[in-house]
Amino acid sequence: MTLLSIEGVTGGYGGADILHGVDLRVEPGEIVVIIGPNGAGKSTLMKAAFGLVKIREGAVLFEKRDITPLRPDQIVRQGISYVPQERNVFPSMTVEENLEMGAFIRTDDIRPQMERIYSFFPRLAERRGQVAGSMSGGERQMLAMGRALMLDPKLLLLDEPTAGLSPIFIDQTFERIQKINAAGIGILMVEQNAKQALAVCDRGYVLTMGRNRIDDTGANLLANKDVAEMFLGG
Amino acid sequence: MEMDGLLTYGVFFLTQAGIYAILALGLNVQFGLTGQINIGIAGFFAVGAYTSAILTTNPTDAHLGGFDLPFLVGVAGAMVTSALVAVAIGRVTMRLRSDYLAIATIGIAEIIRLALKNEDWLTNGVRGIPGIPRPFVETLESNSPLISLAVVLAFVVFAFWMVERARVAPWGRVLRAIRENEDGVRAAGKDVTRFRLQAFVFGSSLMGMAGALYAHFIGFISPEAFLPLYGTFLVWVMLIAGGAGNNKGALLGALAIWVLWSATQFLTDALGAEYATQAGALRVLLIGVLLQVILIARPQGILPEHGSGGRG
Amino acid sequence: MTEILQLAIYGVVLGSILTLGAIGVSLIFGILRFAHFAHGDLMTLGAYFALSLVVGLGFPVWASAPFAIVGAALVAIAIDQTVYRHLRKAAPIILLISSFGIAIALRSVVQLIWGPHNEVYASGIQMPWRVGDLVIKPDHVWIVLGAVVLVIALHLFLTRTKMGKAMRAMSDNMDLALVSGIPSERVIMVTWAVGGGLAAVAGIFLGMDTRLHPVMGWSLLLPVFAAAILGGIGRPYGAIAGGMVIGLAMEMSTMVINPTYKPAVAFALMVLMLIVRPQGLFKGNP
Repeated sequence: MTLLSIEGVTGGYGGADILHGVDLRVEPGEIVVIIGPNGAGKSTLMKAAFGLVKIREGAVLFEKRDITPLRPDQIVRQGISYVPQERNVFPSMTVEENLEMGAFIRTDDIRPQMERIYSFFPRLAERRGQVAGSMSGGERQMLAMGRALMLDPKLLLLDEPTAGLSPIFIDQTFERIQKINAAGIGILMVEQNAKQALAVCDRGYVLTMGRNRIDDTGANLLANKDVAEMFLGG
Repeated sequence: MEMDGLLTYGVFFLTQAGIYAILALGLNVQFGLTGQINIGIAGFFAVGAYTSAILTTNPTDAHLGGFDLPFLVGVAGAMVTSALVAVAIGRVTMRLRSDYLAIATIGIAEIIRLALKNEDWLTNGVRGIPGIPRPFVETLESNSPLISLAVVLAFVVFAFWMVERARVAPWGRVLRAIRENEDGVRAAGKDVTRFRLQAFVFGSSLMGMAGALYAHFIGFISPEAFLPLYGTFLVWVMLIAGGAGNNKGALLGALAIWVLWSATQFLTDALGAEYATQAGALRVLLIGVLLQVILIARPQGILPEHGSGGRG
Repeated sequence: MTEILQLAIYGVVLGSILTLGAIGVSLIFGILRFAHFAHGDLMTLGAYFALSLVVGLGFPVWASAPFAIVGAALVAIAIDQTVYRHLRKAAPIILLISSFGIAIALRSVVQLIWGPHNEVYASGIQMPWRVGDLVIKPDHVWIVLGAVVLVIALHLFLTRTKMGKAMRAMSDNMDLALVSGIPSERVIMVTWAVGGGLAAVAGIFLGMDTRLHPVMGWSLLLPVFAAAILGGIGRPYGAIAGGMVIGLAMEMSTMVINPTYKPAVAFALMVLMLIVRPQGLFKGNP
C-alpha cells in the first residue's frame, strides 16, 4: 500500500498559490527526494503533506486515508513526523526533555524508544542533560531527528537536513538517514545537496515553479543531462 | 422651561462629545496611523487641563500662577506642555515594541496623577483649581455655554483638518508603512524612531488640547475630576468602534459611543440613587463587553481604514 | 541600619507579591505572546473571592485561598475561551487592547458585587513580633513563606511534569510544539489556570498586607510588569529576581523620596532596563 500520495495539490500560504497541481508518492521503505531551484515550492510541498499549507485543490492521502483536512497535531498521530529546516529544537530545554516533547502524544512508556534513539545517536546520550540551545548545528540536527523519531513514525519528513552543516556532518547525516530508512521508515526529504541526495535515494522529484518537472529513480536522475545542468553544477 | 433644560443638556452633551472627538483623533494618530498603544490618555489630558488653567486663571497663592493670560494662549500652552511630556517620555520609549510602550504609558499616567495630587505648589493638590474662565468671556461679554460649544466644535474641525492632512500627506504614508513593515521602511533609509516620536507627540498634543477645552468648559478641575482610567478606556472604545486609522471613523465613533454612554446614564438614573455606584459599574461593564464584541465581530470598526478594503 | 533592614523586610514582602503576579504575566506572554493587562484585576478578583469566604462563612484566610485560586483560575479560563480564543490569530496589540477592556470589566464586576469601599480580612491590629529593633508582622512571614512554597511548586511543575514541560516547549518554540503534536489549546488552558491561580494568591497577599479595594490590582500592574520585564518577559524564573528587585527598590526608595511616588520607582527601573538591556536580566523571548 502506498505510504504517502500527494495528488494534484494546488495551494500556498493564503496569498498566491505556490503549488500548481503537484503529484508525488512515497512507497513504504522508500527514500524520496525533492530537488529544484530556489522558490520552486519544495519545502511548501513537504509542508502541504503535513497540514501546514492551505490546499485549494487536490488531496493528500496517507495509507489511502485522506488527511487533507487534518491539522498537524492530528497528522502526527497518523504516523508522520516532520523535522523543520530551522528552529527545530526547543532551545531552553535539555536533550532529554526535547525527546520527551517529541513523544508528548504517547501515553505508554517512552523509555525504550528513548534508549533506542540514544544508541542510534550516541552523541545525544552523552549530552542528555545539556540544554539544546548550547549545542552545535550538527548536534541540533541529530536532536531534531531524534525528537521526530520518538513517535516511531512510518514516514519521516526532512526539510533540508544538511543545510548549514560542514561537509563531514553532511556525509554523516546522509548515512544516518539511510540507517533510519533501513529500519523500515519511509523518508521524504527536500535537499539542496542534490548530488548526494540523489545518490542515496530510491526516487527523486524535480520541481520548478511549483510544478512537477521530472520524476525518476535517483540513478536515472543523476544520469539525466537536464538535471545535471540545472542542479549538479554541470 | 423644559425646552431650556433640554437645550442646556444638548449643549452640554455636544460639548463633551466634541472634547472626546478630539481625544479620539489624537489617539488615531498614535494607534490608527502608527500602531502605538497609549493607555495614558488621561495623563496627557490632565497635563493640558492644568496647564491652561494655570495660564489663564487670576494670580493666587494656592498654586503656580495664575497668569491671567487669554484663552487661546492657554490652549496653545496646553498643547506645548503635553507635547513636551510626550517628547520626554517618547525619547526613551519610541524604540520599544508597542506592548512595552503600552506599559510605559500606564506609568506616565500614574505618575502624572500622583504629581497632580501631591505637588500643591503647582496644582493646589486635591483641592483643585477653581475659576477657570470660559472662552472669550470678556471679548464677547457673554458667558453662554453656546459659545463654549461653538469654540469646542471649531477646535474639532481644526483638529480634524490637521489630522486628515497629516494622514494623506507623505508623512502619514510613512507612518502606515512603518506600522505594516517597519524593517522595510528602515531599509529604505527612513528614521523610523523619529517618525514614531513625531506621531506620538502630535497625538499627545491633541490630547492636551482636549484637556484645555475641558478645563475651560467645566471651570473647575481637580485630580478626582478625571476618572483617569474610564476616560482613557472610553476613548479607546470610541476609536475601535469608529474604525482605527479612519479620521471620520474616529469622529463617528466618538459620537456613537458618547450617545451610548449617555443613554446608559438615563438607564442607571432610573435605578435610583442608592444603587448609583453599582449602576456606574454596570455601565462600564457594558462598555467593556461592547469592546470585546467589536474586536471579535467587526475589528475594522464602522468605517474601515482607507485602503484596507473599500475605496482607496 | 535598622531602618534599612526594616525597609528590606517590607521590600521582600512586596517582592513576593509582585513575583507571583509577574510569573503569571511572563507565562502568559511566553505562550500567548501578548501583555495581559487584566492580570492586576485577576489579582483583585482572587482577593475578593477569599473575602467572601472569610466574611461570609467565617473561613480563616489561608483556608479560603484554595477556593479563591480555583475561582480565579476558572474565571481566567472562561475569559480566554469566550474572548481571547477568538482573537488568537489577531495581532498581539489587539489582544492587549482586549485585555485592557477585560481589566475594566473585571473591576466593574468587583464593584458591582462587593462595592467600591475598602475592605479588610481581619479588623484590628496584628501583634507584631519584635526582633531587636525590627518589627515583623506574622502576616509578612506567611506571605513570604507562601510565595516561596508556590515558587518551588511551580518549579517542580515546570521541570517534572509532562504538562509543565509542554508549557516550556510552547514558550520556547511554538511551531515545533505544534508539529510535535503538543495540544496547544490544552496547554493554553493550563497556562491560564496557573497564571490565574497565582494571581489570586498575589491578590490575597496584597489584601493581607494592606487592604482590599477594587483598584488594588490595577495599581500593582505597573510594578508587576516592571518585574516581568526586568526578569526577561516570557521567562518565569527571571520574574522571581525581577519581583524582588522591584519590591526592594520601591520600599528602599522611601528613604529618599516621598513614598507616594513608589510606582515611579518601578517605572524608572523598567524604563532604564528597557534602554540598557531590553532582553531583561536574563534573556527573554524576543
